[in-house]
Amino acid sequence: MSRNPLVREVPPTTWFFRHPRYLRYMSREITCIFIAAYCVMLVVGLQRLAAGPAAWDGFLLALRSADSIVFHLLALAAALYHAATWFNATQKAMPIQIGEDFVPGSVISGAHYVAWAVLSIAVLYFAGAF
Amino acid sequence: MTPLKERLVQLEVLRYNPDTDTEAHFQRYEVVCQEEWVVLDALNKVKADIDPTLNFRWSCHMAVCGSCGMMINGEPKLSCHAFLRSYEGVIRVEPLAHFPIERDLVTAPDDFMEKLKRVKPYIIPKEKKPISEGEYKQTPAQLMKFRQYSMCINCMLCYAACPEYGLTPDFIGPAALTLAHRYNLDSRDGGRLARQEVVATHEGVWDCTFVGACSEVCPAHVDPASALQQMKITSSIDWIVEHLIPGGKS
Ligand code: SF4
Ligand code: FES
Repeated sequence: MSRNPLVREVPPTTWFFRHPRYLRYMSREITCIFIAAYCVMLVVGLQRLAAGPAAWDGFLLALRSADSIVFHLLALAAALYHAATWFNATQKAMPIQIGEDFVPGSVISGAHYVAWAVLSIAVLYFAGAF
Repeated sequence: MTPLKERLVQLEVLRYNPDTDTEAHFQRYEVVCQEEWVVLDALNKVKADIDPTLNFRWSCHMAVCGSCGMMINGEPKLSCHAFLRSYEGVIRVEPLAHFPIERDLVTAPDDFMEKLKRVKPYIIPKEKKPISEGEYKQTPAQLMKFRQYSMCINCMLCYAACPEYGLTPDFIGPAALTLAHRYNLDSRDGGRLARQEVVATHEGVWDCTFVGACSEVCPAHVDPASALQQMKITSSIDWIVEHLIPGGKS
């Protein structure tokens, strides 16, 4: 009997609509756009700082605009979502075995959340928030 | 004894006859089933009572052999483990995604078999010792290190779930790479560097973008996604040692 297998192509641009889990994946990946945009903004800020006090004040003024506040809120939401997916992934990438048993994944991810909180508080402290 | 409940099940099954068809098409069947049956039972009833030309693979009927994988309402499932009571309305049954259709629900696993071979899925002893010296011993802790990754039943559901494999058919894919990891983690094995030639490449772990779908659909709780991420870490460490540490070699 001869074979005549039927090959089905995967649509290269619309595949992620095929299943909600693919959309979840894409939403995680898309957060990187906001994170990259935020990095660009920080670099621009540095450049303005180097350009002198007037340029820096202009930059600070621009940060207070409504557009900028909306962008900050979006970027914050994206960064939080990105961080959460990352921390939840750590338990898969870094299992810890003690004797015959593995440390529960929630402990590994939890430790990352704790470290995140501690570092965030330290940054706020050095920034003079309290 | 309470009588078993019956239910009229509607199935929409993708059909393809390699001798006559150039495309696949759906065919609708209605069949009376017991409420506690699985989709595979319904297909067997169709084959027995309605349409003996319908083709599908199965063997154990107990989620062990891994041969009855199908897309059921778009989700890769073992059809012997997909209970009718979990589904309402018409149940859509298709062959596993990302594999060529051989006939009806039967797919061609050739590509997966080829990839399995490439990762050298067997123990390559660190040092060969004569049989007279006895067996290679292993503690329970050493066994637990890789046990989960040895539970794979080669059902290929993870390949059907993995969009990366669908888009980039060269990708070695979840189950085969996970099996490489299983042997790498084995205390009796010394073959990791030999496997790295396949693992630490684009077609290997670096094609994985960590969608995580493989682990969500795996019926044996192997968690291939975790194996691949761990191999990315060891492959990165290899690279750092080789390229950034003077005199370092992986
Ligand atoms: S890893 Fe899981 S889903 Fe993939 S082939 Fe093995 S048992 Fe099936
Ligand atoms: S028939 Fe063996 S796994 Fe379903």
